[in-house]
Amino acid sequence: MTNFTINGRAVWVQSPADAPLLWVIRDELRLTGTKFGCGIGFCGACTVHVDGRATRSCITPLVAVAGANVTTIEGLHPEGRHPLQEAWRELQVPQCGYCQPGQIMQAATLLKDYPNPSDRDIDAVMAGSVCRCMTYPRIRKAIKVASARMRGGETSDSPA
Amino acid sequence: MKSRIAVAIPTVALLGAAAFLALAWRPAIAPVEPPQRSRFSTESIARGEVLAAEAHCASCHTRPGGERLGGGYAVQTPFGVIHGTNITPDPDTGIGHWSLEAFERAMREGVSRGGSHLFPAFPYWAYTQLTDDDVEALYAYLMTQPPVRETKRANGLPFPLDVRALQEGWKLLFFRSGRFEPDPAKSGEWNRGAYLAEAVSDCSGCHTPRNALGGERREHAYEGSLIDGWIAPALNEANPSPVPWSQEELFAYLRTGVTPFHGATSATMTPVIRDGLALPIVPDSDVRALALYFSEMANASARAGGAEAATQRALATSALGIVQQYDPDADLHAGACMSCHYNAGPAPLAARPELALNSALTLSEPTNFIQVVLRGIGANDGAPGLVMPAYASLDDREIARLAAYLRRTRTNLPPWSDLEAKVATIRREVAAAH
Repeated sequence: MTNFTINGRAVWVQSPADAPLLWVIRDELRLTGTKFGCGIGFCGACTVHVDGRATRSCITPLVAVAGANVTTIEGLHPEGRHPLQEAWRELQVPQCGYCQPGQIMQAATLLKDYPNPSDRDIDAVMAGSVCRCMTYPRIRKAIKVASARMRGGETSDSPA
Repeated sequence: MKSRIAVAIPTVALLGAAAFLALAWRPAIAPVEPPQRSRFSTESIARGEVLAAEAHCASCHTRPGGERLGGGYAVQTPFGVIHGTNITPDPDTGIGHWSLEAFERAMREGVSRGGSHLFPAFPYWAYTQLTDDDVEALYAYLMTQPPVRETKRANGLPFPLDVRALQEGWKLLFFRSGRFEPDPAKSGEWNRGAYLAEAVSDCSGCHTPRNALGGERREHAYEGSLIDGWIAPALNEANPSPVPWSQEELFAYLRTGVTPFHGATSATMTPVIRDGLALPIVPDSDVRALALYFSEMANASARAGGAEAATQRALATSALGIVQQYDPDADLHAGACMSCHYNAGPAPLAARPELALNSALTLSEPTNFIQVVLRGIGANDGAPGLVMPAYASLDDREIARLAAYLRRTRTNLPPWSDLEAKVATIRREVAAAH
């Protein structure tokens, strides 16, 4: 039995110690907002937060998060109104939507580290989050909108 | 003539063996009743608690899932498995019947109460340097811990390595007893750090290379060694970190397990930091003293001028591969690594370990890099709050390409050799351990 906290709730799970966290989250804990995309840590669809930082859950073994705090897209904001989620809705970022929970979770860590990210920062930190529908321009814009709001309304003047 | 030699040789051999056994023999020390707590002062017990933490007794004397200090931990040595013993004051399975004299003999000479030699998996050559007060404090602490009933586990040493009397030979070759002697030319803080490193924490035990018989190669002190499949880097001037280990950096690292200019701890070093040197038991002053001792050993102040330049060089490489350039190795890195390892200027963040500043890329062997990529770092294996997933899903050739790419773009050092084979070997070892 492994014990950790998910979205603020303590859980004890039966999955084996080497089970990928992604399947523990989806199958045992029934939180299906986090998606399977590639299974090898190359697409970002499985991104969750472990102790507040974006992590690829498809290649993170359960034992690695024993005692840690895990946050999924469902827990990013209690009412789903994180500035990123609001910007995502306003700008209608998703197309098929499959990669978007992972994109938002990764973007949340981007803004934590770089509250006013340049295009280069966005390119680098979002490099591992792929979108087959190519919504990248809207993702980038939504990140900048959310960033401006989180900084109290100043606009980013980084080059396009 | 022949018959005289035929008699003389075995006679000399027998006399030699008898002399050796006489040399190896130690008397048993009489057992005592387990001492009452009232015999020890609060100060002594508290002092012993700090020392026991710094000497990380629990890491070798507690088995996973077992009770604290109850023994049973398997120490993997090149000669076989040796189990740490029960050092709680349980009278039957622990050291409850050990007098202070017996305890002191074990610490200073590596001999048990019953007179048998202890295997040098127990670093008595470090503890021999402890002050009398400190030995007494450790005794006070250990004798006031909860007794744990746990029977001793058999060691896995093949004959004749399991013959304890033969340890006398090892001692004759490699052991010199004696108290720590402070250097009067150095500050009190430095001497405290030296004492902690040499007599208490036994940093040399992992960071000094060993010879074939398991003795430390003192002429190569602190030049680094291979421990449990990872490289414990050199701590002297041979340390390969691009930014020098100043006292501030070392203090931050030993306190928190991660610094922006060096990276995060993993493997065997993690319990030293997380359990051994941690607050609230171990005071800042002791960690600062250790940091001073090793920053001087690495001659960090002489290299301090280059730290900023090394940092800027590192940051300049951080965004390589962002722009699509049809370099498959750069793409591999961008897809798998960059989202967590990228750093914008002007300084790297501790939560974003900057690969170009990490010794994993500048050590002469890619061992540590390969280990981390294959295993990842769990929430309890490294710095608190910093988790890295495991990239074992990448095949040997991909990890080899990543290693070569990072080595050539982040360092000016010669390329690593035989990368794919080394990845395969380490992958097998990691799999065998699970």
